[in-house]
Amino acid sequence: MTVLSLSKALNEGMRKAMEDDPKVLIMGEDVGKLGGVFRVTDGLQKDFGEDRVIDTPLAESGIIGTAIGLALRGYRPVCEIQFDGFVFPAADQIITQLAKMPMRSLGAIKLPVVVRIPCGGGIGAVEHHSESPEAYFTHTAGLRVVACSNPADAYVMIQQAIRSDDPVIFFEPKRRYWEKADIDTGSTDWWTPLDKGRVVRPGTDVTLLAYGPMVKTCLEAAKAAEDDGRSLEVIDLRSLNPLDAPLVMDSVRRTGRVVVVHEAPVNSGFGAELAARITEQCFYHLESPVLRVGGFSTPYPPSKLEEYYLPDLDRVLDAVDRAFGY
Amino acid sequence: MTVDASRGAEAPPELVQLLTPEGERVEHPDYDIDLKPEEVRSLYRDLVLVRRIDLEAVALQRQGELGIWASLLGQEAAQIGSGRALTDADMAFPTYREHGVAWCRDVDPVKLLGLFRGVNHGGWDPREHNFHLYTIVIGSQTLHAVGYAMGIQRDDASAAAIAYFGDGATSQGDVNESFIWASVFNAPIVFFCQNNQWAISEPLEKQTRIPLYRRASGFGFPGVRVDGNDVFACLAVTRQALKNAREGQGPTLIEAFTYRMGAHTTTDDPTRYRVASELEAWKLKDPIERVKSYLFKNELADQAFIESVEAEADQLGADLRRRCLAMPDPQPLDMFDHVYAEPHPLIDEERAQFAAYLEGFRD
Repeated sequence: MTVLSLSKALNEGMRKAMEDDPKVLIMGEDVGKLGGVFRVTDGLQKDFGEDRVIDTPLAESGIIGTAIGLALRGYRPVCEIQFDGFVFPAADQIITQLAKMPMRSLGAIKLPVVVRIPCGGGIGAVEHHSESPEAYFTHTAGLRVVACSNPADAYVMIQQAIRSDDPVIFFEPKRRYWEKADIDTGSTDWWTPLDKGRVVRPGTDVTLLAYGPMVKTCLEAAKAAEDDGRSLEVIDLRSLNPLDAPLVMDSVRRTGRVVVVHEAPVNSGFGAELAARITEQCFYHLESPVLRVGGFSTPYPPSKLEEYYLPDLDRVLDAVDRAFGY
Repeated sequence: MTVDASRGAEAPPELVQLLTPEGERVEHPDYDIDLKPEEVRSLYRDLVLVRRIDLEAVALQRQGELGIWASLLGQEAAQIGSGRALTDADMAFPTYREHGVAWCRDVDPVKLLGLFRGVNHGGWDPREHNFHLYTIVIGSQTLHAVGYAMGIQRDDASAAAIAYFGDGATSQGDVNESFIWASVFNAPIVFFCQNNQWAISEPLEKQTRIPLYRRASGFGFPGVRVDGNDVFACLAVTRQALKNAREGQGPTLIEAFTYRMGAHTTTDDPTRYRVASELEAWKLKDPIERVKSYLFKNELADQAFIESVEAEADQLGADLRRRCLAMPDPQPLDMFDHVYAEPHPLIDEERAQFAAYLEGFRD
């Protein structure tokens, strides 16, 4: 067992992938000598060289566009987008090219490109450094979208994402980068497949659906709810596209109540997709409507206000109370 | 504010020319080419055949057999000249108008029609002929080409990439980013801009205040303007640029100065935005007529040769038409194929649901 922070776990995962496959490349702004602004790629350029850990010009569309070209030549690029709010200059290359090119070729082309995006708020950053753009990408056919929530998954999921022959949008919860856990780096027996979710805390009364940074918040809420005599089941979705629907529906059928928690604005957010699917597939099992806790329909606010914008333990528990009010 | 439209883009073209519009061979201090008679005849044949492919496709669109077509009329020399400069190991990244380059790469012309007929979004294997799929979003492919060239570098291979785009694309961020990437990584790539003077209805003055080839110097690599209606010059200049790229000398921007004789696509009406006299002036620079004149003047071909190429073109057109009409429609469930390389439960679920729905209509 090795104790690793989430950022170091990603670093070790990428190192492992690069050792296993010489075609794996890292590319992005400041990923080389600096090791990335969050130091996630720390030391990789020193060990693998400038041809495999590529410091790029400062242009996100260029990063993804050239990664596509490298993938066409047989490489497996792992691109770092420095912050969530900076993915939009690359959105065209991701949405119109990366996602669609394999189908355009009737399957002749595979694009094993990973786009790493540190996402979400809670670190007191300025505008465009705290956003949750996952719904833009789950809406795009051809992309896989995953979000890790803890160091062990970070270590595993980054390696699985790199090995995938599909393009993967890989969300990293930046406010959890420094949290540590024991990781068994010597065995793969415990690995969960990339497109599977996981019940991270079993319960009987309400299902909390979360991913990325909100998993920890939901676990805290479940612990607090225990004192009120309520048993909350927490599911870490891990993969948003594809969604592990059987895991979700099985839980909902057992509990009858669902609260979806994410940082992104509720309106047209990924929670809307979950609510609609659950309603279609579990209508007669529901004791209350699927409730959503998330950001407001505002731009992400200045950091002095983010504690009000971000779902916290109290807002989750408030929604749980409402679920019991029907 | 008044803008002097006579400067910049309207400046007299300083271009590399090896064959005048009258079919006279001329010399250029930096570029020369020694073509054997059969090579000239072969270039002439290519020009005539791709024009016929294009005309047949326009006719098919007019008859409702294609949803839309982007004609290359007038740009045959730029495409054949540059396309014939490529070696098998080089990789071409086209827009949606590079039918002549596709011809040079031995892509079956009927494959080009699939996209425009609506049976697929591309449909050929880019690796089979080192000819990438058509890219519709303007300029996106230039970055793919640079990334591919960076891969060539890492493979230490003797090859280059070539990215095709138009004058309108030079306004795109991606094209400018691709210039930066190519420059700072010294990537083995040739940027081949077919400046056909019009981006749908927007004239060149709406894209640039300086001749496009001069943009390259701001990014730190050479730019050259070539007579885009002169197949000899396009071949010579592209061949040299590709050689430089393969030998580690980095990128070149080639601006092929040409003219789109037809509409942007078959949905366009150029009479709304450009004057007939412009078209008439460019007709005198026709890329095919000048090679024909050269062949006759130098007694490299006779009327029988010209007629044999015409006959071949007629046959090619008829064959293309027959095979276009025979192209099978895709099946409804085909849309679920190839969205992902690996199994995807949502796609499987939706495919199964839609199959069941369709099954409900069967007797």
